[in-house]
Amino acid sequence: MATVEKEQQAVSTNGHYKVIGTRPIRHDGVDKVTGRARYGADTRLTGMLPAAMLRSPHAHANIKSIDTSKAEALPGVRAVVTSADLPDATDRVANLGEGTVNLKHLSDNVLAGDKVLYRGHAIAAVAADNIHIAQEAVKLIQVEYELLPPVLTALEAMKPDAPLLHDDLRTDDLGEIADTPSNVATHIRFEKGDVEAGFAAAEVVVEREFHTATVHQGYIEPHNATALWNADGHITIWMSTQGTCTAPQQTAELLDLPVSRVKVVPMEIGGGFGGKISVYLPPVAAILSKKTGRPVQLVMSRTDVFEATGPTPGSAIRIKMGVDGQGRITAAEAWLAYEAGAYPGSPVGAGAMCVFACYDVPNGKVDGYDIVVNKPRTNAYRAPGATNAAFAVETVVDEICEKLKLDPIEFRINNGAKKGTRRIDGPVYPRIGMEETMAAIRDCEHNRTPLEGKHRGRGVATGFWFNIGLKSTAQATVNPDGTVALIEGSTDIGGTRASIAMQLAETLGIAAEDVVPTVVDTDSIGYTDVTGGSRVTFATGWAAYLAAKDIQGQMIERAAKIWDCDVTAVDYKDGGVVGPDGKRFSFKEIAAEAHKIGEPVIGRGSADPQEPGGAFGTHLVDVEVDMDTGKVTILRYTAAQDVGTAIHPAYVEGQIQGGAVQGIGWALNEEYFYDDQGTMRNSTYLDYRMPTTYDLPMIDTIIVEVPNPGHPYGVRGVGEVPIVPPPAALANAIYQATGVRMHELPMSPPRLLHEILKQRASNGDQ
Amino acid sequence: MHDFEYEAPTTVADAVQLLANHNGSARILAGGTDLIDQIRLGRFAPEVVVDVKKIADLQALEISADGLKLGAATPCYRIYGDEAVCRDYSALADATKIIGGAQIQSRASVGGNLCNSGPAADSTPALIALSARAVIAGPGGTREVPVEEFCTGPGKNVLQPGELLTALVMPARPAHSGSHYLRFIPRNEMDIAVVGAGASVVLDAAGETFVSARIALGAVAATPLYAKEASELLAGKPVGDEAIEAAMAASRKIAVPIDDMRGTVEFRKHVTGVLTRRALEKAIARARENAGS
Ligand SMILES: Cc1cc2nc3c(=O)[nH]c(=O)nc-3n(C[C@H](O)[C@H](O)[C@H](O)COP(=O)(O)OP(=O)(O)OC[C@H]3O[C@@H](n4cnc5c(N)ncnc54)[C@H](O)[C@@H]3O)c2cc1C
Repeated sequence: MATVEKEQQAVSTNGHYKVIGTRPIRHDGVDKVTGRARYGADTRLTGMLPAAMLRSPHAHANIKSIDTSKAEALPGVRAVVTSADLPDATDRVANLGEGTVNLKHLSDNVLAGDKVLYRGHAIAAVAADNIHIAQEAVKLIQVEYELLPPVLTALEAMKPDAPLLHDDLRTDDLGEIADTPSNVATHIRFEKGDVEAGFAAAEVVVEREFHTATVHQGYIEPHNATALWNADGHITIWMSTQGTCTAPQQTAELLDLPVSRVKVVPMEIGGGFGGKISVYLPPVAAILSKKTGRPVQLVMSRTDVFEATGPTPGSAIRIKMGVDGQGRITAAEAWLAYEAGAYPGSPVGAGAMCVFACYDVPNGKVDGYDIVVNKPRTNAYRAPGATNAAFAVETVVDEICEKLKLDPIEFRINNGAKKGTRRIDGPVYPRIGMEETMAAIRDCEHNRTPLEGKHRGRGVATGFWFNIGLKSTAQATVNPDGTVALIEGSTDIGGTRASIAMQLAETLGIAAEDVVPTVVDTDSIGYTDVTGGSRVTFATGWAAYLAAKDIQGQMIERAAKIWDCDVTAVDYKDGGVVGPDGKRFSFKEIAAEAHKIGEPVIGRGSADPQEPGGAFGTHLVDVEVDMDTGKVTILRYTAAQDVGTAIHPAYVEGQIQGGAVQGIGWALNEEYFYDDQGTMRNSTYLDYRMPTTYDLPMIDTIIVEVPNPGHPYGVRGVGEVPIVPPPAALANAIYQATGVRMHELPMSPPRLLHEILKQRASNGDQ
Repeated sequence: MHDFEYEAPTTVADAVQLLANHNGSARILAGGTDLIDQIRLGRFAPEVVVDVKKIADLQALEISADGLKLGAATPCYRIYGDEAVCRDYSALADATKIIGGAQIQSRASVGGNLCNSGPAADSTPALIALSARAVIAGPGGTREVPVEEFCTGPGKNVLQPGELLTALVMPARPAHSGSHYLRFIPRNEMDIAVVGAGASVVLDAAGETFVSARIALGAVAATPLYAKEASELLAGKPVGDEAIEAAMAASRKIAVPIDDMRGTVEFRKHVTGVLTRRALEKAIARARENAGS
């Protein structure tokens, strides 16, 4: 890893930077608003064939046989694939940028082998002359199933007599592998201090159990892949992905080919939120292309997206927390069971690390369980695992504050994690901004304005997310007119072309508009990790900073040559090179000079930064509840977040607002609603109720800047943590409005009304 | 999507003839906001789609001393865009204003809403509250059916093969009458009724006593319901909590909802009462402002 000068770090962006902290128009803006931007499903290649998928109508069944002969005989059908066309992946593991993956599971998820594990599980695909023929042919594929009972929740799946999804899955119980198969893939534990002594010292102990539903990221653009298996054995895939470089890795592993044989062309992406890292379609489209000799395109429907991509897990969580008479947390315990979906790999580990991460907990114990159920294999979703945990712990904190008559904001400040606090899972925090976000909320106009009116309530909650660093590459070419062409491998989801270009511009002292950023394919740029983990502005921004530093060095050399002096006599300052006797070239001038004399100037930057800087967010919400229907109306919402340094404040606000909105949806109405056969009954946007603009107030944001000591410009990731606090903040507000504590998500009108009616009945009225 | 032929007759007689010729393999298209999606999803695979929008009669919107005659294919935006409808048949305006968004409303018809026969159809309880009758044309001539008897189950109705709905007719509105339709949805737009309620009341001149009332419910049974007992018990009663609570209880009694992704039995039963009250209260307020036109 390259070293970085940190001297330019400042406490706040205000006035310290020329480009950072301003709001230039994003470089891809015109294409986006004119509809010219090209998304994966816009791909049209000569001779391209559309393809359709056969998906399992059952949640759990053995596949006895698959007969594709009728489909193959249908005129217009060009090729059919099943798992028999995939290389055998048994016993292969691979590191695919998201940690170690069991390839057999990944392969079976792409096309089911001898078992289907959830409704919507892909079984076969057909490429044909048009999509109607392909869909018709899919119906002609005959699959003989042996139906098995489905198991749909973590708690059910943990029971000893539960139907088993995998007969070779044995629990990894704190490192020991069990003898008998189970749906519990792993049990992890973190411990700190003496929990029993801690609870003994508490004045109040609250213990509660929570349940949360499976929810989907709900990105607008469905998954797609267009593949061409060229006659020379090279494969090109045009697709929507968060992992430009991990998608070819996964695809190559699944096809058992060297990674250099697969090139991915990342198209514009209509949202991902973590759900577009795993590969579903590319290997299938590639094999269809190989069989037909033509490019083949697969595009999911919305129902496919719901049923067969990677939502975030439903969970069961128990929290126990003790607080002494001084209002200090003495001990805390958590038990988390997360549904992994059909294959192991829920984010329970992250949930277990995040659950008490906002607090200084002297004695703690956290147990986490990763459990397979007959639902789609879960995947990352904005701060994966943390929202479930925060809903539980922040509700318990609110109840403790009520019992001890403590102000919930002061309680959180007094017990908040700060520099030097050791988390239960081990790490000691560097400088973080948990307290600052709390203080920002305490002091904001919203909080200082009393909330009046019947059945109204105000709630607060906080949340943490780690963020990640990982590898990124950037390359910058200086043009003779003093502009810079910047190429990068991070697909742009939240305006990162702009935020990366701005860091390059700041470093060179030029305007953001003078940088032209382009996201390129995997043959054209060095390895770059996923657009995820809130890492792109942090890590790819860092690579751009390094590329700019590289350019600075080359410009210094060039100026020294022109001025005929020693390089040590030349410096790069204020957007140009300065030499002896007040000599100076602005960047534009030296770019023009450099073009006349000597080799072209190309800057390269590659980074693998290690200190992403954890992010904290605190949200405050006012609600009004219709006591006759249980409908919650959000009156006002304010989110404060430590963002390190806001490179492009508008996109920072956008991330905070977007995260809050997704958290609100998760809190109030979104859920995978299953019948007892394991069929999701609401796999469309009509019944999977994401909030619309009519359901949301303005989300006011407060940007708190506690610069990350681990980044040249103090950047912290911002994209994920804002989804963490909303469910708990809303639950706490609903309690204030109604006197009802909600322990289950979503807090939909039927659930909330049920609790209100129960409370009324027990109070003896009506 | 399944291939089909397209026909667009311009008279009711031609439409009836076309339907007869295709003997059950034709589907009628009005706005198509239900039908096209249903064909796309494979629920229907018609050989012929008969577009009835080009028949002038089916685009009618006429108010006379006899009442309102609404062509079966008249789109929502024209209905709530009509001042007289908004004033006298407010429940129908309320319902057509909330069916989908602007795009849907520019195509979707009340006739299509009724013929699709979904239990949660928004305009049907409004029609029932307003005493609407369905005018049906078929090979044997025309017949009329009260709207509350039109639907026979989810997606099912009294139309026989070869028949089409031509109009919905509603009696004239007396002075001191008012009506309202509302629904409960968890969101504020783009959602399907979890419970719907329509109410129409006629009050005495003082606005203190119910002369008559009609209450209708949606999404709480296999078909939209006319709440007969709840409606009839109001006649002659003073306007007030006691009468309204009796109507709420009677409405709840006939609600036989299901548990599904949209709501629970408990929720729907409770909210049936709540919406009965809210529909009545707004209808009463409107009736009190209505001195007759
Ligand atoms: C985005 C969206 C939002 C929606 N929101 C709502 C909503 O909020 N509330 C609601 O109630 N509905 C809603 N709908 C459903 C639909 O728009 C309504 O049911 C609409 O009123 C249907 O009218 P149409 O003219 O489009 O009917 P079509 O789709 O043309 O027809 C519907 C059915 O009735 C039959 N039919 C139509 N006309 C006749 C006729 N004259 N005689 C005999 N049969 C006939 C057709 O064959 C078909 O089976 C929504 C639909 C969409 C796509």
